[in-house]
Amino acid sequence: MTSVSHHIPDHIMVAYVAGSLPHAYSLVVASHLSMCDRCRTRVAAHEAVGGSVLDSYATQDVSGDLRQRVFDQLDDPFEEAPRFERSGIFPAPVMEALGGLPPKWTPLGMGVRQSILSEDDQGTVRLLYIPSGQAVPDHGHNGLELTLVLQGAFRDETGYFGVGDVEVADDDLEHTPIADDGMPCICLAATDAALRFRSFVPRLLQPIFRI
Amino acid sequence: MRGEKKQKTEEKGDPKAPSHRKPNMLTSLSDQLLAADAPLATVDGDTANQREGESVGQESLTDQTVWMLAVRDHRDRQAFGRLFDYFAPRLKGVICRSGLPPSQAEDIVQDVMLTVWRKAAMFDPERAQVSAWIYQIARNKQIDTLRKEKRPVPEELKLPEETQEDAAQVLALDQETQKLRVALGRLKPAQREMVEKAYLGELTHADIREQTGLPLGTIKSRIRLGLERLRHELKEQGLT
Repeated sequence: MTSVSHHIPDHIMVAYVAGSLPHAYSLVVASHLSMCDRCRTRVAAHEAVGGSVLDSYATQDVSGDLRQRVFDQLDDPFEEAPRFERSGIFPAPVMEALGGLPPKWTPLGMGVRQSILSEDDQGTVRLLYIPSGQAVPDHGHNGLELTLVLQGAFRDETGYFGVGDVEVADDDLEHTPIADDGMPCICLAATDAALRFRSFVPRLLQPIFRI
Repeated sequence: MRGEKKQKTEEKGDPKAPSHRKPNMLTSLSDQLLAADAPLATVDGDTANQREGESVGQESLTDQTVWMLAVRDHRDRQAFGRLFDYFAPRLKGVICRSGLPPSQAEDIVQDVMLTVWRKAAMFDPERAQVSAWIYQIARNKQIDTLRKEKRPVPEELKLPEETQEDAAQVLALDQETQKLRVALGRLKPAQREMVEKAYLGELTHADIREQTGLPLGTIKSRIRLGLERLRHELKEQGLT
């Protein structure tokens, strides 16, 4: 994936490493990391800082029996969590969110389809399928939107995004992504505004083509 | 304590000590480190690496790395005990900071340390220093506990079977991490506090973006070299 040219910015990466990034965005970051060696090494750098913080942190005595409790369990059998593998265009974190099954697409009109992977009060993450040449109508988001391209490509006012690229749209960005000619574009998109994104459906019926 | 006798043998550096891992350069390095008066592993090929490999002594690897390699390669319980004694009180410190009651914090400490033992084979000292590896396990456990939902983690890198760990890379990463620690230790208290808040999950991504006092430049410059080298290797192996 040497062609990846849009990466995860530092503030999002630190929040991911530290665990303060909401789940929806973390899934996009983990998926990008699976496709981008540059960001993988950057994450390792931030984990090294986290390690240094841990290493030099003020110690707090543990209960006398904790050590023995841990030693008593060293030989206990344990169950490995199931590991998911990349399948086709979907990196392992997406396959895990899909539970190892193919996505269940819901049509949104104009050939656009979505498959919601996870939704909570902190954000929504979904797969979007956009036919080539089709615009994703302007969808308002109150906060951050992260969009990772898994197949095909799209362009908008800010640039061209191919496989592995992640677009970071902060609250103030007005943009209308248009899927490139060629393959349909499949993206993994996370937003923090579940409610506002619902206006996506009616807006899709009256698409605004803005370049 | 079970396994005590076996460790003693290994600490003397029994060359026939069984390894749970494929024999490779690093295993031999850990064997040599555990052996008294053993010469350091030298590295073939890359002259730059060789220069570094020759210039560092046994004491250049942190104790934690030596213990972790003994756990990974020899299931050494005494070394694991040392890791526990070192990390458990630190883990409890950072976990209690998040406001969890001490008993629940200790449950997480226990979970983290058991994971260290069980997943030791995944420890790759070319890619992460021990404290960074344990930090990341602890963050995952803490998030899993708080959110009852697994934190998304990237795909495992598939390293070719025959890949040998590069002893010079391991030493270099260990040393650069030590330099990073020194650099962070020299920060002004307010900056230091900001780093702790950011890396212990107390700041949102928006907070971090606005936080111009975060010494991200220092962080990048201190460990850039080792990580760039790693990246170069990944490229050469055609993994990316």
